[in-house]
Amino acid sequence: MALMRITSPHAHGPMSTPRVMQNVLLATVPGIIVLTHFFGFGTLVNIFWGCIVAVACESLALTLRRRPLGFYLKDYSALVTAFLLCIALPPYSPWWLIAVGIASAILLAKHLYGGLGYNPFNPAMAGYVILLISFPLQMTSWAPPRGVGELPGLLQALQACFLPATYDATTMATPLDLMKQNSSLLVEDVWLQNPQFGRWAGIGWEWVNIAFLAGGAWLLYQRIFTWHAPVAMLASLALMAALFYDGGSSASGGSPLFHLLSGATMFGAFFIVTDPVTSAVSVRGRLIYGALIGVLIYVIRVRGNYPDAVAFAVLIMNFAAPFIDHYTQPRTYGHQNTPGEN
Amino acid sequence: MRKTFSFHGGIHPPENKAQSVRTPIADAGIPAQLVIPLSQHIGAPASPIVAVGDDVLKGQMIAEPRGLVSVPVHAPTSGNIIAIEDRVIAHPSGLLAPCIVIASDGKDDWLAHTGSADYRALDKPDLLERIRNAGIAGMGGAGFPAAVKLAVKPGTAIATLIINGTECEPYITADDVLMRERAQQIIEGTKILRQLIASEETLIGVEDNKPESLVALRAAAQGTGIEIVEFPTKYPSGGEKQLIEILTGKQVPNGGLPSDVGVICQNVGTAVAIYDAIVLGRPLISRITTVTGDGVEAPQNFEVLLGTPMNYLLDKAGYQPDKNNRLIMGGPMMGFTVPTPEAPIVKTTNCLLAPTEAELPSPPPAQACIRCGMCAEVCPVTLLPQQMFWFAQGKEFEKLEQHNLFDCIECGACSWVCPSTIPLVQYYRASKAEILQLRSASEKSEHSRVRFEARQQRLERETAEKEAKRAARKQAAEQRALTAAEDGGAEDPIQAAIERAKAKKAAQLAGAENAPENELEKLEKAVVTIRKRLDTATAKLEQARIEGSDLVVALQTGVDKTAAKLAAAQQALHDYQSANSAEPPHKEPADAAQVAIARAMAARAADAGLSPQEKAQAQLQKLQQRLEKSRAKLAEVRADGAEDKIIEALASTVTRLTEKISAAQDQLNELTDA
Repeated sequence: MALMRITSPHAHGPMSTPRVMQNVLLATVPGIIVLTHFFGFGTLVNIFWGCIVAVACESLALTLRRRPLGFYLKDYSALVTAFLLCIALPPYSPWWLIAVGIASAILLAKHLYGGLGYNPFNPAMAGYVILLISFPLQMTSWAPPRGVGELPGLLQALQACFLPATYDATTMATPLDLMKQNSSLLVEDVWLQNPQFGRWAGIGWEWVNIAFLAGGAWLLYQRIFTWHAPVAMLASLALMAALFYDGGSSASGGSPLFHLLSGATMFGAFFIVTDPVTSAVSVRGRLIYGALIGVLIYVIRVRGNYPDAVAFAVLIMNFAAPFIDHYTQPRTYGHQNTPGEN
Repeated sequence: MRKTFSFHGGIHPPENKAQSVRTPIADAGIPAQLVIPLSQHIGAPASPIVAVGDDVLKGQMIAEPRGLVSVPVHAPTSGNIIAIEDRVIAHPSGLLAPCIVIASDGKDDWLAHTGSADYRALDKPDLLERIRNAGIAGMGGAGFPAAVKLAVKPGTAIATLIINGTECEPYITADDVLMRERAQQIIEGTKILRQLIASEETLIGVEDNKPESLVALRAAAQGTGIEIVEFPTKYPSGGEKQLIEILTGKQVPNGGLPSDVGVICQNVGTAVAIYDAIVLGRPLISRITTVTGDGVEAPQNFEVLLGTPMNYLLDKAGYQPDKNNRLIMGGPMMGFTVPTPEAPIVKTTNCLLAPTEAELPSPPPAQACIRCGMCAEVCPVTLLPQQMFWFAQGKEFEKLEQHNLFDCIECGACSWVCPSTIPLVQYYRASKAEILQLRSASEKSEHSRVRFEARQQRLERETAEKEAKRAARKQAAEQRALTAAEDGGAEDPIQAAIERAKAKKAAQLAGAENAPENELEKLEKAVVTIRKRLDTATAKLEQARIEGSDLVVALQTGVDKTAAKLAAAQQALHDYQSANSAEPPHKEPADAAQVAIARAMAARAADAGLSPQEKAQAQLQKLQQRLEKSRAKLAEVRADGAEDKIIEALASTVTRLTEKISAAQDQLNELTDA
């Protein structure tokens, strides 16, 4: 047998990109279960339909780009995008909304830039923002959580998705909306006057966030990503909230705990901010990147016009990532300075 | 317990060391033939001092070092030199390299040699000379001449001597078994090294995955002041810079040497080789090599003579070629594949790894880089491999250098963890090579630019000097005229005219001896040059005619013009010669060139009058003549038994001419038919 001639190293570790992606998918499961528990089957239907559209779009793009289908589909990156976007979308979204979002994410944000690894913007968040700007009504219609409103069944969830014209949705403002719109009540009174509030944040929302935190912690344990970006983001968000808590007055933006357990905070911290492709690369870079996202989330949540801010904050920092990279190159062994300082 | 430090990153690949340490070091024996490369180290290759047919004794020097950074090569056993030629060696390039081939006589007769057990009596230059003459090059893998590394610049204080017993690469156990079985020699060698560089402290660094080695070394080092330091296993702790950081907490400055931070590092194998050289007087002719991998039945360590063919050694361990997919010299992380198992064992062969496909699978196709950063986490020199991969793909060399590409030690940790199985190290190696090539090219062009500018300056300076001289002369003349006018002598203009005439005559007389010869030379040269040009042009024209090129007309004009010029030049020469009849008029009555011109002109004139058919006919005849000539020449050459190359060339000419003739024949036929 002819001997192979290849360069070192000849051994390879156990990690593979499909495995990374599978782990990310697995880590979303607790969050999805809690979402389904509190908001019904909407998220599951979202994900089901989103995955179909995502694989179709990915296949289309790969075919047009003359890339081998099987090889690239097996990296699971399209499914990750579908999961992340569909978790972020309101449950009971109509099929066309999901389709437009996924198509924007995969065709525009991912493949137009060269496919996996080359996209400067997080595809799921790009898709989300396109939808938010284009269809603000549908994108802000959240169903009331279990215990506050009536939960639709599986059939109704399917009807809401695939026959939206025949479905009459019940929606309710989210705790983040209420807190933002409040200008006259003390935080305590907002809590008392609205049934959506729970122990630390919104009913359901707090548990959804805790579930995503658990999923994220598992990914950290699996060494899929490092702690730097998510921890920096959570810390800076909490710090901003603490700075502007204002003792719970009518001008307050809400307590740190409220912000940490509301909206997409934990989901964003562990599943969006950690997206390696679009974030800064060095340890210091990821700390700065995460911290600035935290600041932006708070500012947009409290002062901006949109109910939640993770998507915008992440996209803005995606722009800044190469710039951060330029100034945060680590000090190489035996060098005096970091290259950026030379 | 000494405090140890850690370095950034690192990985924990499966060690796979247990399978090759089950048995003690075995003697590989003497193969029938030894192939000894002249270059088994970093630096200039040694040059042979034996000839084919010589008998050599074991330990006899057969090639001497060339230059400072070089080491000699010795005969590993007694025998006869049967060849000094290029052979396949184990080198990443896969190229052949000069080797001395010894047919062993099986007697294994030593050259008379004596060591000096009392090395303390030897001074530093003497010790260094002995180490160099023993052919010792770093045995950890790089093969840097040990004497060069030990000859520290005077005035550099070495605080720490580090003996590297880390052996962090998976599979390799050569140093491990050496430490277990020959701890005493290691300690003795270390003592020699300590005396040589007068270090304040002497450490032997061993990873904690070699407990037996640690026990053996500690026992042997008892009371010597040599400290055995144990530290946690992590790849690549055995890299020189990494080990220095682990043991001292210091980093070797960028572009510097370990001695800059007061450290010298040597491998345990080198320490034993130094012991053998100084105390026993034996040169480096054998080493310990691990033979392992699932492609051999009995993985183990051998004491093997340098130059032993790898397949000889592999067979000793029960090699199964059909199971083996690649043969690696070194470990799975930094080793390189060997082109054929016939390559010889050299001073740096610490391991032969013959894995099966299941053991070390072929690399799968690389997937997209998702910039996960796992590579940056494990990089022992804190680089950003994912960024460097981008720049390497885009050939952004400036950015690569800014990201300290050249600090990469090619340990392979980044490639090992890469989830997309991107061969990162390969990208860096290729980029390094490309940058080095560009650098040398730009150095070259810089060099020629400097030369061009210097020439330009010189020419300008010369022009300026000439100009200045002329101006001075002019001024002097004006001054003279002015003075004369001021003197106002009536005789002056006349006098001046007379003087001028006199001067002219004198100049003519003086120049008479030189001038004509110069003139003659010039004219002769002109004739020769133009004749040469004409010859070339005529040859080109002939060629063009044969090939039926479109350039024939243009070339013809050129030949005509050149011929005219030659005629003119010859006329000028002739005129000059008859004018200065001191020289005989024309030596060559009718020279070949003129004849050729006349022929060419005649041919052209004839051509002009010919019909296409006749032209083709003429062409065909010419070609046939040429073919005959070529055939005759070929036959002659064949009879002479000339080189194959020449015969081939002539044969191909004949074939080509035959083809052309058939083409010309076709053309003629067509014309005739028309």
